[in-house]
Amino acid sequence: MSTLSYALSDSATMVRRQLKHMRRYPSLTLQLAGLPVVMLLMFVYVFGGTLGDGLGAGSGGRGEYADYVTPGVLLMAVAAVAQGTAISAAMDMTEGIVARFRTMAIARVSVLTGHVVGALVQTFLAAAVALAVALGIGFRPDAGPVEWVAAAGVLAMFAFALTWLSVALGMVARSVESASNLPMPLMLLPFLGSGFVPTDSMPAGLRWFAEYQPFTPVIETLRGLLLGSGIGNSGIVSLAWSAGIALLSYGWAKRRYNRQA
Amino acid sequence: MTANPISSATATAADAARRNRPQPALSVTGLRKSYGDHVVLDGVDLTVAEGTIFSLLGPNGAGKTTMVQILSTLVRPDAGEIRVAGHDVARQPDEVRAAIGVTGQFSAVDRLLTGEENLLLMADLHHLGRRAGRRRAEELLERFDLVAVARKIAATYSGGMRRRLDLAMTLVGDPRIIFLDEPTTGLDPRSRRDVWQNIRTLVAGGVTVFLTTQYLDEADHLADRIALLDRGKLVAEGTPDELKRRIPGGHVRLQFADAGELDLAAHALDAAVRDDDALTLRVPHDGGVHALRALLARLDDASIEVANLTVHTPDLDDVFFALTGKAGTDHEKEPVR
Repeated sequence: MSTLSYALSDSATMVRRQLKHMRRYPSLTLQLAGLPVVMLLMFVYVFGGTLGDGLGAGSGGRGEYADYVTPGVLLMAVAAVAQGTAISAAMDMTEGIVARFRTMAIARVSVLTGHVVGALVQTFLAAAVALAVALGIGFRPDAGPVEWVAAAGVLAMFAFALTWLSVALGMVARSVESASNLPMPLMLLPFLGSGFVPTDSMPAGLRWFAEYQPFTPVIETLRGLLLGSGIGNSGIVSLAWSAGIALLSYGWAKRRYNRQA
Repeated sequence: MTANPISSATATAADAARRNRPQPALSVTGLRKSYGDHVVLDGVDLTVAEGTIFSLLGPNGAGKTTMVQILSTLVRPDAGEIRVAGHDVARQPDEVRAAIGVTGQFSAVDRLLTGEENLLLMADLHHLGRRAGRRRAEELLERFDLVAVARKIAATYSGGMRRRLDLAMTLVGDPRIIFLDEPTTGLDPRSRRDVWQNIRTLVAGGVTVFLTTQYLDEADHLADRIALLDRGKLVAEGTPDELKRRIPGGHVRLQFADAGELDLAAHALDAAVRDDDALTLRVPHDGGVHALRALLARLDDASIEVANLTVHTPDLDDVFFALTGKAGTDHEKEPVR
């Protein structure tokens, strides 16, 4: 076998390890899947009536808001899983097993790849649950098969980038506690973007930030694809952000992991 | 300072043997490592012949773990030429990794997986293939007496079971050289014996073992050669017997009922060292029965009453004490993690 196929088979082994961990201790996955659902229900039922009217489009009200907020909630799922990944990566680094991996002739980055792919699986589980609940409470997407596949692709791409970032943060963290705090801003970014209210309702400084931070183009792309509105250049911008974050974070995480004392 | 050859005769014999042998399993020259101002290893040289057990003995904080970390490619040395299984640790780390197995001080098992899954994980990472991997896992579960708990999660294992699983995982890839960093620390006496037995079996199969320990009896029981590490330097190296011969630790300790008897005895035995507080005499002694009988005869002739007698033969503790000025097992260092 060549070096590349060894790297692939080692990564696959590490992904299997990660999936076993998830199956054996499902509580973290359940918790990660639960958070976006709670957000969805809270925003649609508590704030949705008022916020929906404020959107100033269509019929307004709760149904309108369910349509608006669902893409933002999907991104909450991505951010929540990213946070969980930082914790589990940091925890893993404290385990003796990782020291053993380092003394073995295996593709080094495969340990991290295992975390990232495991996180992608969690993201899709969490997003699927959130989507199912959204459909149940009035989310009415207007997307054909092509749009659904494209939306899944955009979500996967962004989740991939953010989980590499959180794996890097997990490597940087000096303790498991700080690993759980470092990615905290990721949870706030959907709020400080177009996830829950349109950015043009925000004051100038905040609006500027909201429009140029990476979550907004991704949310806009999902919204456009699922609800049949245009996506403008959001798709390209999302792609650029995802690729940039993924590349930098991958390099960062790898360097941190390989760093020897 | 480097390890002094015990005697020049054995050194030349060893040199001759080295010329004939293809290559040692491990060779270390001028190894140095410091963390900031703290010098951990200060010019260590050593050679380990293939198929032998080499024990690095030293108190906590002597640098044993750092040594293992450097030899197993986990930590980069500041200076020194280190070859493991013929490969340079700095330039060919992957070749080194393919030849070694490491069981560290802290258990290197995945606690969320079962014993069997841990072994299969290792088999996958060694690219053994499905069927060969299963066979290897079964064989090792059997050999390390883990069949009954094979399907239980490693987090539920006892310390001894976890250590056995750890060793079994190290063996999955058939390493030629095995590093064991304090493999029995924290184990109960029975589990220690089990681990010792397993280590001996390994070497019978031609594997080289590099073992660190702070237990003198462990090194004495297992090792072909022992090196004493103290504050980053090797202070002695040799077979257990050679090391014991280096110090004249053998003596007979005589205790007396009162100071009068002690005085009489001190007069009768000129080479003795007296301790007035404990009312004892320490008489140099080689451990032989004849010398002991002669000693007792002399005391009888002088009609001296001995209250208590103990014969002390030198052990590695004496060696350790003589060479480092402190006892072999000290627990000053703070626990790590």
